[in-house]
Amino acid sequence: MLKSSKKTGLVFFPAFDWAIDPTHPEREERLLYTQDQVAEEGIFDISGIVEYKPDLVTANEIRRTHFCVPDEAAITTQSHLISAGGATVIARAVMEKKIDNGFALVRPPGHHAMRISHGGRGFCHINIEAIMVEMIRQQYGVRKVAIIDTDCHHGDGTNDIYWHDPDTLFISLHQDGRTLYPGSGFTGELGGPNAKGSNLNIPLPPATSTEGYLYVIRNSVLPALEEFKPEIIVNSAGQDNHYTDPLTNMKFSAQGYAELTTLLKPDIAVLEGGYSIEGALPYVNLGIILALAAMDYSKVIEPDYDEERLKQASHVTDSIKRTSDVINDYWKRRYELREKAGNHGEIQERHREIFYDTDNIFERQKERVRICRDCAGALEIDSKASPGLHILAVHIPLNACNVCKETGYEMFDRAIHSNKKYDKIFLQDRPKDSYIVR
Amino acid sequence: MIIGLDVGGTHTDAVLLSENGLERHVKVPTDTSNLFNTVLSGFDLLLDGIDSFKVKRVVISTTLTTNSVVQKQLNPVGIIVSSGPGIDPKLFRRGEHFYTVSGSIDHRGRERSPINRAEIEQISETIKNAGIEYVGVIGKFSPRNPAHELEIRDILKKNFHTIFLGHKVSGNLNFPRRIATVHLNTAVYSMHKNFFNAVNDTLKQKGLKAPIQILKADGGTMNLATSMEFPGQTILSGPAASVMGAIHHAPADKDVLVLDIGGTTTDIAILVNKAPLLEPVGVGRGKYKSLIRALHTTSRGIGGDSQVTAIERYIDKTDGVCDKRGRDIDIAGNAKSDNLINSRQKIKALQIGPGRQGPALAFGGPALTPTDAMIWLGIMEGGNKKLAEEGLALLAETLGISIRETAEKIFHQTCETIVSVANIMVDQINKKPVYTVHEFLEGYKIRPQQILLLGGPAPYFASKIEEISGIKTTVLPNSSVANAIGAALARTTCEVSLLVDTERGVATAPEENFTASVSNSYRKDDAIKTAIALLEKKAVNAGADLKNFEAETTEFQSFNVVRQFALRGKIFRIKMQVKPGLIKGFSHGF
Ligand SMILES: [Zn+2]
Ligand SMILES: [Zn+2]
Repeated sequence: MLKSSKKTGLVFFPAFDWAIDPTHPEREERLLYTQDQVAEEGIFDISGIVEYKPDLVTANEIRRTHFCVPDEAAITTQSHLISAGGATVIARAVMEKKIDNGFALVRPPGHHAMRISHGGRGFCHINIEAIMVEMIRQQYGVRKVAIIDTDCHHGDGTNDIYWHDPDTLFISLHQDGRTLYPGSGFTGELGGPNAKGSNLNIPLPPATSTEGYLYVIRNSVLPALEEFKPEIIVNSAGQDNHYTDPLTNMKFSAQGYAELTTLLKPDIAVLEGGYSIEGALPYVNLGIILALAAMDYSKVIEPDYDEERLKQASHVTDSIKRTSDVINDYWKRRYELREKAGNHGEIQERHREIFYDTDNIFERQKERVRICRDCAGALEIDSKASPGLHILAVHIPLNACNVCKETGYEMFDRAIHSNKKYDKIFLQDRPKDSYIVR
Repeated sequence: MIIGLDVGGTHTDAVLLSENGLERHVKVPTDTSNLFNTVLSGFDLLLDGIDSFKVKRVVISTTLTTNSVVQKQLNPVGIIVSSGPGIDPKLFRRGEHFYTVSGSIDHRGRERSPINRAEIEQISETIKNAGIEYVGVIGKFSPRNPAHELEIRDILKKNFHTIFLGHKVSGNLNFPRRIATVHLNTAVYSMHKNFFNAVNDTLKQKGLKAPIQILKADGGTMNLATSMEFPGQTILSGPAASVMGAIHHAPADKDVLVLDIGGTTTDIAILVNKAPLLEPVGVGRGKYKSLIRALHTTSRGIGGDSQVTAIERYIDKTDGVCDKRGRDIDIAGNAKSDNLINSRQKIKALQIGPGRQGPALAFGGPALTPTDAMIWLGIMEGGNKKLAEEGLALLAETLGISIRETAEKIFHQTCETIVSVANIMVDQINKKPVYTVHEFLEGYKIRPQQILLLGGPAPYFASKIEEISGIKTTVLPNSSVANAIGAALARTTCEVSLLVDTERGVATAPEENFTASVSNSYRKDDAIKTAIALLEKKAVNAGADLKNFEAETTEFQSFNVVRQFALRGKIFRIKMQVKPGLIKGFSHGF
């Protein structure tokens, strides 16, 4: 029987009995044909490939990342907890060096879930990568993490969670927000004043093909990783950039995805979107698995693959090159941009409106962050959902300086004594790993 | 009356059972170079003075196939493989005459590229000219659509009489294992056919009119005709015989560990409510890995005659747990990393097995064994205690402890190892991934409440194993012929897989050559009814008596087929089996 060059862990949790609704793209058989392909290839018989059973994540694990409103139980189902638990199982096995790398093939996805979660957005309720990353930080003392989101949609949830965190390099490659949900992720969205440039958004024009994806990986992503020197690289491996995906307009292929994986060398890949369940997922997932295991994937080619039709137009290529140059310039100037973003000790405000398409909720946020040169800064968010609750949430970041710790508690106290009628007030104290609800 | 005969590595056991129980049992030495004579002498002794006309059932379990795999004595055969996207099929090469050809079927059973007639014709000639008689044909996803395998077979018919096809062996998806399984069937076919036809003819001459049944790896039986199509299924039937022999004594509604402790190896299996646990895909062990339905058994090289030696190894000063080299290990005994732990300390330790040099010292053998320790301690009678003591004294000196301590340590460690192998097996089964939220939350966990011991040295180990495991432990009566009793009583089993796709309007069971058209109103109940009918037919064809028929759904999945966000139909996937178990009417007196 076959042997892989790298020891690769897999969690396969297709949740064959869970759907948003019966004809929704996020439905029971989304991973059925992937399972068939993986089973038929005999993947689990390959010596060096290990299958793990997912765990359930606990409310405490979710509380390191999210403020769930009104609480964790109300907005998650068991399948969300198992999906996130699949990612944490792989992460633990990687951290304990039982495997070289791993892939959580789980559903439902998570990368549209933001720090405050009132319910489902873009098929996501809780952010499985972020919950996993915070578990890694908490249990294994890891500080610098890179998350490369290659799903076709802007990973706006993950982007929101790490917006202020200079220790997380978040890079999202996605179809241009003017042409696709959620309509964000433009090059100028670089992160908050404490973390400008550690969030890189790379919008790609419709009809970007394998060539364009790999160009951006080589020309922008790998150089940034090289400089950032993360301890762990996570790939949010959405597969809706495939040429057969019904929701998007790209021309990516299984070979391309396998090569991207070979270049990126993620320690952990987590499945996100991907709704071409027969034409793409079986082949793309197989390609990723073989690439992680450092095995030959040259024969993983879609039956209807047509090189001619999937060629990239020259104007698309030009546009990608320009975007890539813009990104590299931002990355180079990131410290300078942070300096310019405001003065140490000041509070900066941001107002946002967020729409939850899956659960039909409209949320208004007022966010206040302490500009800090010593940490990610104390953060306060006033959030009002309709229908829903009006809450105030305070986040003290994991490596907070003493001033920001104090600031966080002041924000919390002020909210408790304020004459505003908050339904709930939350304090997430990451250094103490505590979570208080009033 | 019924007969069970089990050919083992050193002995062949045969039993004659009646409604009143065990009438007669015989043991003859196994001559591996002439299994035919071994089987016949077993029958001769057993039937001496018996009216063979009264024998209604004969079940034989042999090591013929297992031996030919172990000794690499498989016949050269032709293997033709068509694939499609995925891992390069050339990596799954079996034997010298292995050909990968064009043609591809996808995961839903749709043709993606056709086979090339001329290419097959040419390969057919090449194989024939090499003097090869038997050919296997395997297509990727052939359980979803066997069209290409059938087309290739039709082209090969001109040159070959017997052709084995991939979709016939199992409804399970696993292309490399399908190749291995077809190769095994093809390569052992002529040997299997010659052997069993000879046995059958000879038994007929002796007046045994009952049809022969052959034991399979799943603890069930099949008749001669079925075995000619799937001769590979006889692999590893030895461990299966013992497990079936234990079922009668297993309590209902309990999880039971069956430990078959032999001279060299210990085989472990699990019974849940008197039914053996099966491997999920097929035989999972190293060189036997295939789609052949099999009992879930674990084997470890430890037994009464295992060689005992002293080795130098490391232990962890703090918790005692690390591997020989001083690396930290997890519960399954695997090193967590390549780093050596700081708290390691070198010690002299006992190593028991995995090898066997011969019988125990006390019985004139060449090396110290657990049997010697048991004889010295007075747990076991017989043998030369003096010889045992000499061996123990030598080891005691190396270890720097007394003879008594040495003997006790050997005995304890042997039992402890057996218990820990069983615990690890249970743990791994409980950790097996599941694919639905429901199964995840409701997941059945194996919790053994009783241990059944069988095999020669079993009685001497029982109380220590009970003490170490904390689980009630009993030794089977007639423990040394439990294997032959198991063979005699095993039910005829089989499995069917039914696929229904209401969008395409078809129900198919490729293994059974079954296709029917279905309407959009087809429901789960219809699918179950169809599957039961197919299973019944298959069981009868394999020689089953319907009064022992017990159907069980082992897998049921149903999915919506959605196109352009609209529901277009349903997919049902059903697997149903005749539950492995014992035939009725022989429940007394063993
Ligand atoms: Zn997406
Ligand atoms: Zn600070």
